[in-house]
Amino acid sequence: MGEDTDTRKINHSFLRDHSYVTEADIISTVEFNHTGELLATGDKGGRVVIFQREPESKNAPHSQGEYDVYSTFQSHEPEFDYLKSLEIEEKINKIKWLPQQNAAHSLLSTNDKTIKLWKITERDKRPEGYNLKDEEGKLKDLSTVTSLQVPVLKPMDLMVEVSPRRIFANGHTYHINSISVNSDCETYMSADDLRINLWHLAVTDRSFNIVDIKPANMEDLTEVITASEFHPHHCNLFVYSSSKGSLRLCDMRAAALCDKHSKLFEEPEDPSSRSFFSEIISSVSDVKFSHSGRYMLTRDYLTVKVWDLNMEARPIETYQVHDYLRSKLCSLYENDCIFDKFECAWNGSDSVIMTGAYNNFFRMFDRNSKRDVTLEASRESSKPRAVLKPRRVCMGGKRRRDDISVDSLDFTKKILHTAWHPAENIIAIAATNNLYIFQDKVNSDMH
Amino acid sequence: MMLSKGLKRKREEEEEEEEKKEDLEVDAWWLDPGHPAVTQTPPTVASSSLFDLSVLKLHHSLRQSEPDLRHLVLVVNTLRRIQASMAPTVTLPPVPSPPIVPSVADNLLASSDATLSTSIASLLEDLSHIEGLSQAPQPLADEGPPGRPVGATPPSLGALDLLSPATGCLLDDGLEGLFEDIDTSMYDSELWVPASEGLKPGPEDGPGKEGAPELDEAELDYLMDVLVGTQALERPPGPGR
Repeated sequence: MGEDTDTRKINHSFLRDHSYVTEADIISTVEFNHTGELLATGDKGGRVVIFQREPESKNAPHSQGEYDVYSTFQSHEPEFDYLKSLEIEEKINKIKWLPQQNAAHSLLSTNDKTIKLWKITERDKRPEGYNLKDEEGKLKDLSTVTSLQVPVLKPMDLMVEVSPRRIFANGHTYHINSISVNSDCETYMSADDLRINLWHLAVTDRSFNIVDIKPANMEDLTEVITASEFHPHHCNLFVYSSSKGSLRLCDMRAAALCDKHSKLFEEPEDPSSRSFFSEIISSVSDVKFSHSGRYMLTRDYLTVKVWDLNMEARPIETYQVHDYLRSKLCSLYENDCIFDKFECAWNGSDSVIMTGAYNNFFRMFDRNSKRDVTLEASRESSKPRAVLKPRRVCMGGKRRRDDISVDSLDFTKKILHTAWHPAENIIAIAATNNLYIFQDKVNSDMH
Repeated sequence: MMLSKGLKRKREEEEEEEEKKEDLEVDAWWLDPGHPAVTQTPPTVASSSLFDLSVLKLHHSLRQSEPDLRHLVLVVNTLRRIQASMAPTVTLPPVPSPPIVPSVADNLLASSDATLSTSIASLLEDLSHIEGLSQAPQPLADEGPPGRPVGATPPSLGALDLLSPATGCLLDDGLEGLFEDIDTSMYDSELWVPASEGLKPGPEDGPGKEGAPELDEAELDYLMDVLVGTQALERPPGPGR
């Protein structure tokens, strides 16, 4: 695949490989691993489903690198906190892969309160020819054993085994919204509404609190932490976003407690567009460092913004995701849609950014050409292997044939979770309980 | 299809002058395009109905056994903005930063804002109190050396620690009262007094019913009852969600 040429321009020729219906369970997180070979999804029922990319084969050109189910396991169960008379949801909020260090794969999955480290191993050989046991495992009658044999490893059907290696519990009073693995591959952080903790992957009975924004009096509470992430290369740097739309870059080497930020990224409010809902729509729902580590991507209710780490005063780029909603904010406040938290993603070369919207639409912005496209993830609108058609939302006035009127958008169909393959133009889109995987097939035949 | 569980909106003509500063445009886009109202300049929504909506959202959020803190904070901040804009012409001590103790001399708006804030504050305080007891790291995190290593073993709790301040008072009275007086109805009413003390607004004591006409006593009393009711609801066992 010609990735360099692909990323120069937005290519509309996306093919749909599969849609996976995970039995009406709503997908709550999607994450590729570092090579893109594996794709993990978490759902509201506490399950994790891992997909693996099949190696490309010349014999079947159409099944070029498609994703199939690799493993499914129950990560979190519903819990009951007897002290508070509360049910702790088993919904998986975030999954993060650890960089692969041996044959096994590892990932962290978290619900509101507890983070778990899972190890995924493959077994494709089985020892046969035991001396004391027979094939079913029953002990042999010793009188029948006349000679010694060395057990041999025989191939067997691939079995994927998943086991919980660590359980990081009791670290958070409030709801965990993010986890992020450090580039040192030894530590990771977890953030809830008011605090961020640093953990060592091997130690479960303690964590270090590195950010605490809980006020002495809860009545003074006006801001919460909404997302956080470690810098991809500098193990001492991390960023966290707030409900007031600010980003704080912190250096763990400056102080043990990072309440004081190294840099504060905040865009001054535009007085002309000020409304009662200004704060709500400025709340950052996701923050992602670029692969290069030079930029940060943030998502608030109506826009995605690119920030340069060297410029705190304002973002260097702002893209409108669905500005046609700006005049509908009151209704969206009424039905709580204004509180929806959308994620955002970079492509592998940091030239294209992607985020979800309503009506199963998702948007892509090419930073170089400044072109953008709206696509739809739904079975009705695309058949397998068909090319996705760009969509348009019209406000009124002149309307083309396939345009969607803003009044007929379905606000229950929200694409909150999206992921981009680390190197190739493959994207994973979670549309409620369906997972869509789109691949970019730039092929001279298609055009 | 838009999911809109709408409230009936009151349109107050006199509100429009006050709202020149904070113009909120909502075009009635869900109406038939041929409707005359849509083609005209969209009317500004009365702040009072937005206030009502926000108060309802606040109730709903606080009623959850484990409120979504982000949602709560955003609604509270929006509510404060709306309140601040509802009486721009009345001169009073800075409304956006509510006083901790409601002063009887304040006018109706300020006292209701303070009352509201105090109610929110007391509920958030209860929230943190309860949260703090059940989670191990929290009490340890507030002390200790920089870096704050946090242990995982929960601190041992006395029985009384588990109770909120309101019911703590009840037990103090009840232990002696149980021997003296077998009429338990007195203690049922006792349950409510400590919680609502200081929260009830005193509009009768105030200098007069000036300020925003929209905040009437009935609304405030209703709000207080619900908030006090919320406190009682936190204690019964069973799944909270």
